[in-house]
Amino acid sequence: MAEVLVVIEVSAADGGAVKKVSLEMLTMARALGSPSAVVFGEADTAKLGEFGAEKVYQSGGEIGEYLVAPKASVLAQLVKEVQPAAVLLGSTQEGKEIAGRLAVKLENGVLTDVSALDADGTATQVVFAGSTIVKSAVKGGIPIVTVRPNSLTPTPSPASATVSPVSYELTEGDKLAKVVERVAESKGARPELTEASVVVSGGRGVGSAEHFKLVEELADLLGGAVGASRAATDSGFYPHAFQVGQTGKTVSPQLYIALGISGAIQHRAGMQTSKTIVAVNKDAEAPIFELADFGVVGDLFQVVPQAAEEIRRRH
Amino acid sequence: MKIVVLVKQVPDSGAERTLTDENTVERASANNVINEMDEYALEEALRLQEAHGGEVTVLTMGPERATESIRKALSMGPDGAVHVLDASLAGTDAVGTSKVLAEALKRLSPDLVLCGAESTDAGGQVMPHMLAERLGVAALTGARKLTVDGNQLTIERQTEEGYEVVTAAGPAVVSVWDTINEPRYPSFKGIMAAKKKPVETLPLADLGISPEQVGWAGALTTVVSHSKRPPRSAGVKVTDEGDGGTKLVEFLTSEKFV
Repeated sequence: MAEVLVVIEVSAADGGAVKKVSLEMLTMARALGSPSAVVFGEADTAKLGEFGAEKVYQSGGEIGEYLVAPKASVLAQLVKEVQPAAVLLGSTQEGKEIAGRLAVKLENGVLTDVSALDADGTATQVVFAGSTIVKSAVKGGIPIVTVRPNSLTPTPSPASATVSPVSYELTEGDKLAKVVERVAESKGARPELTEASVVVSGGRGVGSAEHFKLVEELADLLGGAVGASRAATDSGFYPHAFQVGQTGKTVSPQLYIALGISGAIQHRAGMQTSKTIVAVNKDAEAPIFELADFGVVGDLFQVVPQAAEEIRRRH
Repeated sequence: MKIVVLVKQVPDSGAERTLTDENTVERASANNVINEMDEYALEEALRLQEAHGGEVTVLTMGPERATESIRKALSMGPDGAVHVLDASLAGTDAVGTSKVLAEALKRLSPDLVLCGAESTDAGGQVMPHMLAERLGVAALTGARKLTVDGNQLTIERQTEEGYEVVTAAGPAVVSVWDTINEPRYPSFKGIMAAKKKPVETLPLADLGISPEQVGWAGALTTVVSHSKRPPRSAGVKVTDEGDGGTKLVEFLTSEKFV
């Protein structure tokens, strides 16, 4: 059975833990062939084996000192050596960037933001702010796809995870963009926004940076991540990194709670594929209610503290 | 300093967008606008020009109607534009687009290429690195801050965990997010001046690319089918009468989230 290369992402903030999207990709890869993890630096090999990685290609050294280019070079070398059935990367900024370079190196098609992949390589993408489903395929070459986090539930499937070191000598071309500083900004114990099963977001209706504590409190009670609408980040209520929407992150959690968010298309673009949507808004006519499985028309400063209290009571 | 800004015309993301029967983005009936993120790239280019001198050129690949977006871009202040326009480009995918834009960039030989970090239609974020790969130059992508010191370019970019500072010697491709600046509105004078600014039209033949390498024929990906996603139907809506929070938690409990 042909190998499927899966580029593993780890979370530096979470002590180098393998990100959930990587386990999702290992699960997805099994439909196309034998999953082989590709690790840049270090990753928990046992975890990769638990989710089906037969092989683990490992490379390190200077690679992490430069922006994506050397990773694409290593991957291109691996593709030529092992002739995989497909290459899967996370649909994250870095995943997409590596995929773009790899596609050019191999003159091979690339599909981004894929949510499902058939055994024949046909990919499903949800486009245009969640309004349209597209089925696409790579012609000729192999599918190089980036997979949207939270697209499927990772399931274990124990495999050997045999480590195979990859030797690669960096070229001058790999070293053009040097990472001179990496700054980790603590977001506490909360899960990462794109990977979280629960996301609680605040909008203009939250009113101030200080009041975002209310959003954080509910998120923490539900073990979720905190998001914000563009109106909220533009107003300085919450850091831009947490923006959900067209110009921010796309999330697809099991539960999305929108607090004081009207639901402009800019925002809907980033959360419309969430499984369950709950909204609290003063305005009964807010478009967010058109999407919400459960909506409360009311003042979030009354509703949210009461909900928080009720959750604590039930725990 | 010679700066080229990549500008893509996209269907307005605030309106309904569809695909054609040929599975391409419906552009004929759409309200087509400059990709929002590209306006931030234009602004950054103009600020660099104000600080360091030089010239700013807009580069667009797209159909005839992309001219509107080029004029709109020029009204913000760039000196001129190049429009890669060729009937055989219809249906070109990302890899093919990077081939065309890379050849056009070789002709222009800029010190810096600026573009938006992603487009609102495809949203792939692949183009800057594809171009850098083809041109053999650095790509500094997703900038929320750019500093230029002589030939040295340094960006700060947001990551999942915080931020990174990345540096490279020019020439380079730099892509920007909407956190980098606040784009200016075109002035009346700017709009009038834009009408007279030079826009060079470049056919594919001038780039040494044959029609089979692009368009439907050259595309390495294909859209097999598309369908409308069933719209979400609104569920239960309750009005808070002092028990809204409790009802919310009852719903969460019934769905096993609590």
